[in-house]
Amino acid sequence: MPKVKLPRKSTAIDMTPMVDVAFLLLTFFMLTTKFKPNDPVTVVTPSSISTKLLPESNIAMILIGKDGRVFFDLDNKFKKQQLMSDLNSQYHLGLTKDQINSYAIGGPVGVPFKMLPQLLSVPADQRNAFPQPGIPIDSANNELDQWIKYTLNVNNANPDLQFVIKADDNTKYEVVKQVLKTLKANHLNKLHLVTNLKPIPPGTAAWREQQQAAGGANASKQQP
Amino acid sequence: MADVEMKEAGGGRHQGTKSKKLSTRIDMTPMVDVAFLLITFFMLTTTLQKPKTMNLYLPEDVKNPEEQNKVKESQALTIILGKDHQVYYYYGTGQEPNERMYKTTFANKGGIRDVIINKWDNVIKNSGGRDSLVAIIKPMNDADYEDVVNILDEMNINGVQKYALVDSIYDFEKNLMKEADDHPVPDPTLSGQ
Repeated sequence: MPKVKLPRKSTAIDMTPMVDVAFLLLTFFMLTTKFKPNDPVTVVTPSSISTKLLPESNIAMILIGKDGRVFFDLDNKFKKQQLMSDLNSQYHLGLTKDQINSYAIGGPVGVPFKMLPQLLSVPADQRNAFPQPGIPIDSANNELDQWIKYTLNVNNANPDLQFVIKADDNTKYEVVKQVLKTLKANHLNKLHLVTNLKPIPPGTAAWREQQQAAGGANASKQQP
Repeated sequence: MADVEMKEAGGGRHQGTKSKKLSTRIDMTPMVDVAFLLITFFMLTTTLQKPKTMNLYLPEDVKNPEEQNKVKESQALTIILGKDHQVYYYYGTGQEPNERMYKTTFANKGGIRDVIINKWDNVIKNSGGRDSLVAIIKPMNDADYEDVVNILDEMNINGVQKYALVDSIYDFEKNLMKEADDHPVPDPTLSGQ
């Protein structure tokens, strides 16, 4: 008697396309994003309607905390190494090569020059826990001025170097005034202030401009 | 039986041994797990958003204060930022004596924005020229950075092209501010709204 066997089909799904999609997503994220900067002090920046983006590279950032502490950072690792070597020889800090490298891979730093050897002996990821008093900016001892001068030197007066100020909402203007004065003294008049985006309030001049620009784009779209 | 017959046929060819075909299918589940773990890691620790910036152009320090004199009194609005988000303002540059300073806030309605828009309408009507309004911004030392950014943003929102961030605050301005604190007076030019 012939046995009627129901043809048994395999229930295993071929997972290859799913793995492909997963790797595509992964590659997308790996290539298009940057790691969030690990700042020693959390800064809540004010909002503005400006939509200009932070420049990708070649930025020197002055980070000002809520309590008025000033930190400084460059984004190019080689320039940071050179900056630290120059500062090392100028101020006789006695830094080792490891400490200089540790500075180059770390984030913003805010200590007086004398404290640099102590700070740089701490590994980069634990540096945020180290109490950093900030770079002195008072007129008697304006170390920020020195940081800026050495940075300009290391960049060989590269006109593309942009100075960026990232300060907290509640920072008192007094500190910002002193930083701006220091920058002006170094002939750095074009600065960028880091802000969050807020929408343009309706009914104002900027809003009308935005409507006109959008209207113009729509009109050109409608034209065949 | 059929089975036995097959065996014999098989045996005849392969000399008794039947090689078992092993499945070459790999179970890809762990690989997908790892891939998704990596995606989640990157999603959580990185940021797609680039922080926005606002340009700030500082004027070169001029040796002689001729710069400020060039501004016409009728086209100028001086804004002083105090602590606790207080905004004081008066019309003019401070070269001529002013009787009054007015107090306002950053509110969307009835705040400094209305003052700027109102002043600008006046300036355009009287002096013509869209770019004639000049705003002089003087933040006090205890003003918050947020206020400074907000006032600069108001310049952009209202399309004011000429504005200056000035550090020096005159004594008479400080007196006028105290007067405005003690005896606040509503701005007569705004009362039309």
